Amino acid sequence: MDEQRTATTRVKRGLAEMLRGGVIMDVVTPEQARIAEDAGAVAVMALERVPADIRAQGGVARMSDPSLIEGIKQAVTIPVMAKARIGHFAEAQVLEALEVDYVDESEVLTPADEAHHIDKWAFRVPFVCGATNLGEALRRISEGAAMIRSKGEAGTGNIVEAVRHLRSILGDIRAVGQADSAERYGWAKRLAAPVDLVAEVADTGRLPVPLFCAGGIATPADTALVMQLGAEAVFVGSGIFKSEDPARRARAIVEATTHFEDAEIVAKVSRGLGAPMPGLETAALDQRMAERGW
Amino acid sequence: MLVGVLALQGDVGEHLAALADLGVRARGVRRPEDLPGLDALILPGGESTTMSVLLESSGLAEPLRKELDGGLPAFGTCAGMILMATSVSGGRPDQRTYGAVDIGVRRNGFGRQLASFESDLDVPVLEGGPLHAVFIRAPLVDRVGEDVDVLATIEHPAAYDGSVVPVLCRQGPVLVSAFHPELTADRRLHALFLSMIEERGR
Repeated sequence: MDEQRTATTRVKRGLAEMLRGGVIMDVVTPEQARIAEDAGAVAVMALERVPADIRAQGGVARMSDPSLIEGIKQAVTIPVMAKARIGHFAEAQVLEALEVDYVDESEVLTPADEAHHIDKWAFRVPFVCGATNLGEALRRISEGAAMIRSKGEAGTGNIVEAVRHLRSILGDIRAVGQADSAERYGWAKRLAAPVDLVAEVADTGRLPVPLFCAGGIATPADTALVMQLGAEAVFVGSGIFKSEDPARRARAIVEATTHFEDAEIVAKVSRGLGAPMPGLETAALDQRMAERGW
Repeated sequence: MLVGVLALQGDVGEHLAALADLGVRARGVRRPEDLPGLDALILPGGESTTMSVLLESSGLAEPLRKELDGGLPAFGTCAGMILMATSVSGGRPDQRTYGAVDIGVRRNGFGRQLASFESDLDVPVLEGGPLHAVFIRAPLVDRVGEDVDVLATIEHPAAYDGSVVPVLCRQGPVLVSAFHPELTADRRLHALFLSMIEERGR
């Protein structure tokens, strides 16, 4: 029998492709992970504090304690992701050693390197990275990211930044598709991204890896909005477990992500969910997490 | 011919693209009213626990059972294989399976994502040489019933009998693969499934 090759680009991007149309939920305990799986989450993000608490409590936010990640891995059968600080390749090495299914090189944690992201090609575990625009997305892909998500403004319960990022990325993908062969070099220069990736986007009309939405999703209608804009799946951070009835809200967001084009179903699942997370106006923030990363 | 692709969650788009390449009309299936009129159904890759939850909430679970009992041809890949199996271990106790192919599967039986792999497969029923196959947190078949034809196997250390694992199986009008033919450009398995649909039509 022919050789069996692990950790290939095909296999790394493949898991992201399997998560399409799903909801990835932030959880801080094994019990929350089980609630997420019961509700139909496609994966969980294991962390010590949800972004809303990181924002409220301040201080340096780091990779989670391995025992917490292991407890959550044992609690569920779905994929488990965990966050490393931007540029902190040693944290990513630890997460790979823990056999998490995806590493999120995340602006929600305090960056460890002000100039460089992790060289993700050097790892066997796949990576997801945030992006606010097409150039940033393509730079992360050139470094080896196998999935891109919008950054949004984590922990705010405010969808406005995620919408801005999705519109920027998808709008520029459409615009690049109109460029002639000479103009692609201009786009590569303007986006500060490799010209071969710019050409691939222009030819295919999409990123080479799945594009998910993260940052600020708090309601079923929020997920229906970003899915209709062109996100292929959603991450929900503080929006579920900072709400009044997490189990019901989690289920409602899962159903709205599947039936995002069916307003009757979105209406049905939105009824009587209890209070959403309180939310923050982004103009009033001291710390803009989306500005982290380069 | 009209082929449905269960579109509750997963890599629905890749299957729709494969069907488009073969010139077949296709539609996503999210609600019970999407089922009537289909000549066959594809169950894509994704998370089987999520699909199980959404089969119930969408009201598709029972109508789909009736269609399968009535002999609707079906092709399940990865999570779709789990849904078509008789029994599943390593999953959740409330996880739905349809028993359309008499196999037992162990969820993520090859291991976590770091153990996901790609490999060439010998598939004797397909002409034209080996089939390249992508396995993502794939289910491991650990029991095969008498009425099931095993169309391909691989050698793997996770094999329950210490040697080979069935990865492509057929029982009547239902085909299941532990891997993802929709992730590669080779359309031979989708074409095989279409020939199964035509066979049944006659």
